[in-house]
Amino acid sequence: MAYRHVVGPRTHAFADLAALMAKATPVRSGDRLAGIAAESAEENAAARWCLAEVPLREILARPLIPYEADDVTRLILDVHDGAAFAEIAHLTVGDFREFLLTATTEMLTRIAPGVTPEMAAAVSKIMRNQDLISVARKCRVVTRFRNTIGLPGTLAVRLQPNHPTDDPKGITAAILDGLTLGCGDAVIGINPASDSVQALGDLLNLLDGLIRTHNIPTQACVLTHLTTTLAAMERGLPVDLVFQSIAGTQKANASFGVTLALLREAHEAALALKRGPLGDNCMYFETGQGSALSADAHHGIDQQTLEARAYAVARTFRPLLVNTVVGFIGPEYLYDGKEIIRAGLEDHFCGKLMGVPLGVDVCYTNHAEADQDDMDTLLTLLGAAGCTYIMGVPGADDVMLNYQSTSFHDSLYLREVLGLKRAPEFEAWLHEIGLTDGDGTLLPGAGAPLLASAPDLAA
Amino acid sequence: MSDTREIWARLAGLTPARIGLGRAGSGLPTREILRFGLDHAQARDAVHAPMDAEVLAGRIAELGFETVSVASQAPDRATYLRRPDLGRRLGTADRAALEAKAAPVDLAIVVADGLSARAVHENAVPLLAAFKPYAGKAAWKIAPVVIAREARVALGDDIGGALDARAVAVLIGERPGLSSPDSLGIYLTFGPRIGRSDAERNCISNVRAAGLTHDLAAFKLNWLLTRALALGLSGVALKDESDLALNGAAAVPVLSGVPPV
Repeated sequence: MAYRHVVGPRTHAFADLAALMAKATPVRSGDRLAGIAAESAEENAAARWCLAEVPLREILARPLIPYEADDVTRLILDVHDGAAFAEIAHLTVGDFREFLLTATTEMLTRIAPGVTPEMAAAVSKIMRNQDLISVARKCRVVTRFRNTIGLPGTLAVRLQPNHPTDDPKGITAAILDGLTLGCGDAVIGINPASDSVQALGDLLNLLDGLIRTHNIPTQACVLTHLTTTLAAMERGLPVDLVFQSIAGTQKANASFGVTLALLREAHEAALALKRGPLGDNCMYFETGQGSALSADAHHGIDQQTLEARAYAVARTFRPLLVNTVVGFIGPEYLYDGKEIIRAGLEDHFCGKLMGVPLGVDVCYTNHAEADQDDMDTLLTLLGAAGCTYIMGVPGADDVMLNYQSTSFHDSLYLREVLGLKRAPEFEAWLHEIGLTDGDGTLLPGAGAPLLASAPDLAA
Repeated sequence: MSDTREIWARLAGLTPARIGLGRAGSGLPTREILRFGLDHAQARDAVHAPMDAEVLAGRIAELGFETVSVASQAPDRATYLRRPDLGRRLGTADRAALEAKAAPVDLAIVVADGLSARAVHENAVPLLAAFKPYAGKAAWKIAPVVIAREARVALGDDIGGALDARAVAVLIGERPGLSSPDSLGIYLTFGPRIGRSDAERNCISNVRAAGLTHDLAAFKLNWLLTRALALGLSGVALKDESDLALNGAAAVPVLSGVPPV
């Protein structure tokens, strides 16, 4: 069905819901590259007027990719919670925005299983940045493995100690740096340079040894392809979290070498290990706008809507952590700081609205029109929005992946200006070993208590 | 305290990552802010500085290669960064010019700016100098070296096809890292033609003074090209086992997880 909106003497027509949503999206380079972006500012605004009048029921009834053609569509519709949806079924996209702005945390939790990614994406397109922040802030998604992530007033940090050749000593040095700066409650997660099971085993044993020896209330992950992690679990290696990059269409997931069946298999294998004393959220997913287009698997759908569809894949597996790697993919998808900031807030909002524990890799590459000041802006906005976690990379410079993310110091800044605490178990551990005061503030001394308690590490 | 400082200095020696930086309140010390700013500035300059095709052509000619300069369909840097599809196609006139020079050859060599002209300025000529003796020994027929502006890796498919080459080697400036603004990549593709996928290429990455040396990169290129021409393929089906040929030389660090230019 075609959609139209009249502005003075001009009628703007949109061939179908996918085209309407693409034209309504704040313009960004990836949708231009796909040839689906609004061609004028007026068309962009007209599409938003038109989208605001679309009933949520109609969005549910008109899948952007046919049910028969795509297993992500099937997943979205098969698990859709009609009872949860009933509370919002009478709303248009425009009404939904106002509902969200007035809703309580309890209402948002209740409707989450009834919100499809297309509904979340549609409403985000007519929301300003402040709307995305204030609604996301009210959403509550709490997950547990060896600690508790997502409690109100907290922010967790993934300690990302990457090394260009996976050198165990180099990685350990970076972990020590992160821990002494109070980071690592979300996960200690390494992107390995090698993808062999042998290398994976070495790193898993290294992380497991560290966490056990020092009783650190956190979890470990080596971010390799899930088939490699499955092989590691078969060999009895210590796997806390299963990692996988995922996307919002079946074809894009296939380009990552994953299917929903493989994800199920890995999830069940990790659950069976029962390694989480506080909870069984044992999956870790990464996503990012533009992945479907780069795999030629976008079906004419805008990249932000496809990103939200990836969260539908994620939530099926009750993950501990999900993060969008917002500025990693490059300027052909998000051109500059403004586009990266907007995308980061959209992704975080959509994830939270759908009940996913969304963190954000606040990041950029050197060929994007962005710098540290843009990252400070997005970081601060996400802190206000109640972002689940951010990355902690030494000095913000990832020497393995060649991009800039947020640093350990950045998390200290955010805690200081917004009063954000760590996961409570991790906060208590830092205090116990003498790195922080009773308030969670780092004590002076360059991490001496940890270095002293871990002579093996510092040697 | 001095003990702690010594420990951090030792730990910092174990990784190129920026650790043990110290702090001023929650922030970084001024020295570290400035150091990061300089590194970012150099990486940005590497992305935006134009390639000097004339100087490069002169230096490559001195090695005894004929050269020809072309450009992709991306008219400027800003378009190039937003439209990778344009960076993969030759302009019509340039394509005709190459076709006029076409004669069946074993190898076409493309020197492409990619995302770092600096990488090309510093590494393309020494790499070609190191590779030339291998090419001479194998008696490969080589097309004129093509110097390509606003180019992506896949422009080599268009170029290799136009020149009627059995294989194409694209020497291209890689996406610059904060600590590696000068890294050259070499992408080898057998049977170049429009539509080849990245899975059909072999990559030699991180060619630069502080990374993979020019001699070793030339050795690897020769090894891969010899196999590619013999087997009639390149890419995932052609595993780089050149390290074994070096009799147990240390494994070469390669960058991974980064999409191709």
